[in-house]
Amino acid sequence: MLPGKRGYFGRFGGKYVPETLMSALDELEREYLKAKKNPGFKKEFDFYLKKYAGRPTPLYFARNLTKKFKGARIYLKREDLLHTGAHKINNTIGQLLLAKRMKKNRIIAETGAGQHGVATATAAALFGCECHVYMGQEDMKRQALNVFRMALMGTEVIPVTSGSKTLKDAINETLRDWVTNIRTTHYVLGSVVGPHPYPKMVRDFQSVIGKEARAQILKEEGRLPDYLLACVGGGSNSMGLFYPFFKDKVRFVGVEAGGAGISSSKHAATLIKGGIGILHGSKSYVLQDSDGQINFTHSISAGLDYPGVGPEHSFYKKSGRASYVAVNDKEALAGFKMLSEIEGIIPALEPAHAIYQASKLAPKLSKKNIIIVCLSGRGDKDIDIVKEYL
Amino acid sequence: MNRIKKTFNKLSKDKRKAFIVYITAGYPSMAATEKIVLELERSGVDIVELGVPFSDPMADGLTIQRSSERSLKSGTTLHKILKSVKKIRGKSQIPIILMSYLNPVYHYGVEKFVRDAVKCGVDGAIFPDLPAEEAAELEGAARAQDLYLIFLASPTSTNDRLKIIARHSKGFIYYVSLTGVTGARAALPSHISKNIKRIKRLTDKPVCVGFGVSNEKQARDISRVADGVIIGSALIRVIGENEGKSTLNKAVGKFTSSIAKAVHNE
Repeated sequence: MLPGKRGYFGRFGGKYVPETLMSALDELEREYLKAKKNPGFKKEFDFYLKKYAGRPTPLYFARNLTKKFKGARIYLKREDLLHTGAHKINNTIGQLLLAKRMKKNRIIAETGAGQHGVATATAAALFGCECHVYMGQEDMKRQALNVFRMALMGTEVIPVTSGSKTLKDAINETLRDWVTNIRTTHYVLGSVVGPHPYPKMVRDFQSVIGKEARAQILKEEGRLPDYLLACVGGGSNSMGLFYPFFKDKVRFVGVEAGGAGISSSKHAATLIKGGIGILHGSKSYVLQDSDGQINFTHSISAGLDYPGVGPEHSFYKKSGRASYVAVNDKEALAGFKMLSEIEGIIPALEPAHAIYQASKLAPKLSKKNIIIVCLSGRGDKDIDIVKEYL
Repeated sequence: MNRIKKTFNKLSKDKRKAFIVYITAGYPSMAATEKIVLELERSGVDIVELGVPFSDPMADGLTIQRSSERSLKSGTTLHKILKSVKKIRGKSQIPIILMSYLNPVYHYGVEKFVRDAVKCGVDGAIFPDLPAEEAAELEGAARAQDLYLIFLASPTSTNDRLKIIARHSKGFIYYVSLTGVTGARAALPSHISKNIKRIKRLTDKPVCVGFGVSNEKQARDISRVADGVIIGSALIRVIGENEGKSTLNKAVGKFTSSIAKAVHNE
């Protein structure tokens, strides 16, 4: 089973961090492995996912969407119906339970779109922890609603003004806080990125998405799907959906943010256009220039606006287990509009990328085929941005 | 013999401590950096660390974040830094260590980097985001060319980790004085000397202390317990204040020579 002991998925992953963090990462790994074996931990985690966050989420057969494209049957995994409105809470509840076990009562997190920030603020309020969230100044503007939600739950949102003023720099700033307050603080990293054990741990917490979807589709259709589609920024909702199907004959398609187009420099299609490098603690694909400096990225969705990606996705790409495609800003908006109009579901801009890709794929398949799309979050947070464009 | 080793041999014979200075290469320009290095040697610095600027310096505080950003804007690249080191070698034999995040070097190509660096006169390299466990490829290449890889130890390093660090580190061990990022601090933690003793019990290699050190008194105090003192941000600030002025080198010399005296107990 991957990752191996040192946190590698093939040649990707590892722990590329300052020495000060090494013992904290070791502690986290120990505590996580201990908790994983502890039936009490699993029970507690399941309890909060069910009673607090609202799991299981439905696997909804999108009848209208399916009819429109006259092809594969399209199912939506409704993570948008979870408490806080996105899949991020699966991970934050898990990590907060771990933080309590490590007796670390100060919680820090980075956020891009604000969904992970809100989910962390929520879990911190629930478990009575002090919480600070770093967010790029640019993203605070784009996602003002989420900034206010975090504040309401007692979290301090700290604007990040360095570099690109988006998710990449928010992660830098959170790492700097962690190095400084390492003894009292747990860093709730929000995606399957960062140093080992984060990519593995976040994947495990998020794999509830795929486990449920697998059981649900078997019950509903009596067979496994042909395709899984999900958007990929750092890659947590996609990995959460894909991973439980790893050994099945099911195709994985990750949808990256094509921004203004992948032939321009304004996109965030890391796996499609990037090269191998080291960023934020792991070896993975990154978007970088000819001197190994990390590029600025662009996407209409703050949650996908990131020049790195989880090492397990890099492994999936290199080994051919998953394929990756890019959907640009305009197409994502079309996906956003389409799902709102014909299914009455307003998606977040991130999964709107995957919805658009489903609309391209479905007509090419037969009516016997099945596609599951991860609808990772709802679109309330994006209303202001969409208003500007439509 | 590697210049770092030669320097520590001489210092040890003279019963003196090492004064090591970090500057961001290319801040404010590569030409300025070349002159500053010569000025540092004149003012009593024993070893120079040239920082390779990176877009995402996660272990650095504001001062070095800003100097790195400025340096990148002025067009600094790893390639240009190596060329400057080669130029400096025409005038000075002061040991030069490159301090870089891993990605620029990884992108350049690990083996090519080691080969080119040594050819240009670089003596060692420090990577703040490379723990010994991940260093096999670099270490293999560095050993073949006698480039010293220096590893960092920190207040949170367990004894088991310190043993690993001591085994891998060549030339000296870089002890990070505090849990935090780089940047001048008015006060340093009281556990420095205790932690240095802890490291010294595990190794004979020199231990030098950096992060936060900003003035003569701190430098003198640390030089009593450690084998060397490293300053960075405090000097970058001096460079920033004198940027573009004819007084730049003089100001640098004045600042470093006062700290050099403290470190060398003169």
